[in-house]
Amino acid sequence: MLGILKALKTTLQAALRKPVTVQYPLEKKELPHRSRGLPVLLWDFDVDEPFCTGCQVCARACPVDCITVTMKDNPKKAAGKSTRKKIVEHFYLDYARCMRCDICVEVCNFDAIVMNNTWEGVELATYDRQDLVLDADALLKQSRTGQLKDPFREPMGVAHSGWSPKVEDDEEAEETEASKEGGEG
Amino acid sequence: MATTDYTIPGEPDLETVDININVGPQHPATHGVFRMVLTVDGELVTDVDPVIGYMHRGNEKLPENCDYRQVIGYHDRTDYLAQFNTEQCFVEAVEKLTGIKPTERSEYIRVILVELNRIMSHLMFIGAFSTDVGIFGTSFMYAFRDREYVQDFFEEITGERMMYNYFRPGGLAWDVPDNFRERCKQVLGHINSGLKDLEGMIVDNEIVLARCRGLSRVSTKDAINWGLTGPLLRATGLEYDLRKAEPYSIYDRFEFEIPTGKDGDVYDRVIIRLEEMKQSVRIVEQALAGLPGGPIMAEGMKRTLRVPEGEVYMRVEGPRGEYGVYIVGTGTDKPYRHKVRGASFCNLSALRAMSIGNYLSDVIIILGSIDIVLCEVDR
Repeated sequence: MLGILKALKTTLQAALRKPVTVQYPLEKKELPHRSRGLPVLLWDFDVDEPFCTGCQVCARACPVDCITVTMKDNPKKAAGKSTRKKIVEHFYLDYARCMRCDICVEVCNFDAIVMNNTWEGVELATYDRQDLVLDADALLKQSRTGQLKDPFREPMGVAHSGWSPKVEDDEEAEETEASKEGGEG
Repeated sequence: MATTDYTIPGEPDLETVDININVGPQHPATHGVFRMVLTVDGELVTDVDPVIGYMHRGNEKLPENCDYRQVIGYHDRTDYLAQFNTEQCFVEAVEKLTGIKPTERSEYIRVILVELNRIMSHLMFIGAFSTDVGIFGTSFMYAFRDREYVQDFFEEITGERMMYNYFRPGGLAWDVPDNFRERCKQVLGHINSGLKDLEGMIVDNEIVLARCRGLSRVSTKDAINWGLTGPLLRATGLEYDLRKAEPYSIYDRFEFEIPTGKDGDVYDRVIIRLEEMKQSVRIVEQALAGLPGGPIMAEGMKRTLRVPEGEVYMRVEGPRGEYGVYIVGTGTDKPYRHKVRGASFCNLSALRAMSIGNYLSDVIIILGSIDIVLCEVDR
């Protein structure tokens, strides 16, 4: 008898409890600020061009080689509108390969790439695998249209013990060349 | 195929034949892509032939072409239920070899996350195991509900739900959010109440008692000879936990007990995991109380981490047992050799010895009690 009452109590409690799940496609949980979707590029509204200079640091640091970048001379530099000497020409990112490790964001010296922290960064189902290889325009689209409001990027210098991006430029060139030699040797 | 020599009383002489039953590689009871070829004599299992390698991705070879930061991501994928534990092992191995001293704050945060990850992994075990035993539904859902709270918490810190890539040699990738303490306490509250629910479902459950007690008894001597570690070894009564036996990180600062069993049977293995979760909660509470401020990255780190010539073997107590990493450094930014000791791989090697002579349905429980992660077995 006591057992039945106990069981009834449990059932009643469970019936009155708030559900812990949400009806996903209809109702979406708010993503945390640091949520790591797939990476996207950022748009510099001040000079109306991407932050990315095509320096290929991310492509070299990527563990799965999913990034392909090329660089060109910036026409806006010649016109005197921008301070960037070089600008990205082609940028291909294979979302099918990306493992969302955040290393490209960590190594970028120009704050040009971030992990998408909106639902668009994770809901990417396509019918064709080729559609998951995005070019620079597609990667910039969200930032350019203002959908990517507040991307998370760990403050530079904290994770790397007090480097400022300026000093890093020189060091970076030396380091990468040295690591190339080291890696091949 | 051998014929058996006994006869069934009251029946005319029947010739019985052992048959082979193939379980897996696609079978929910094998917890991944694992295949067992069972030889059965009626209902009794006379031989087990485990077939592994379906999940082999070259997780030991791949890091030889990666620099040390990139390897961390592959360690997440080695043991996908205890990612922080594996990351901690690798990161500490690199620190041991290079002589980097991680900061105080990062050590505390690491311990908190690692212990929560242990709870997460054991919850997964309880959920999956109770399904193996035959308690469908409720306990599985309870376990996954609590696991979800921890996962949400990890997502707020690292941004990922499973493959965190958060620890770095010398510290952490970035600092935890400001509300870390409050959120952590909230999660611990959820775990504590969830553990009570789970205990009510598992400990005195008649199905669990009837099916798990006395099943596949392992003596301490056998367990050591077979190379068992983790809950399987502690279930035999030996008080062996690397956190106490060989304190790494800052585990010597915390008070906790090592739960041990008596019989070394399946029931003890389950109870030990339930107890371990409580001990992990204790460690997290202590670490949270002592969490200092300060930097999260050691001073003087270079952008490209070069590891000096030498070799190192680092082992940590994962949820499944001893997880070890062996690295040979050659002074470059890439490891020359990178070897992983998976706990469940070594524990799985005892499956044959543990399951021969048991019933077919019990072999599934024995396999479940090892708590295998196939990514760690095949690497």
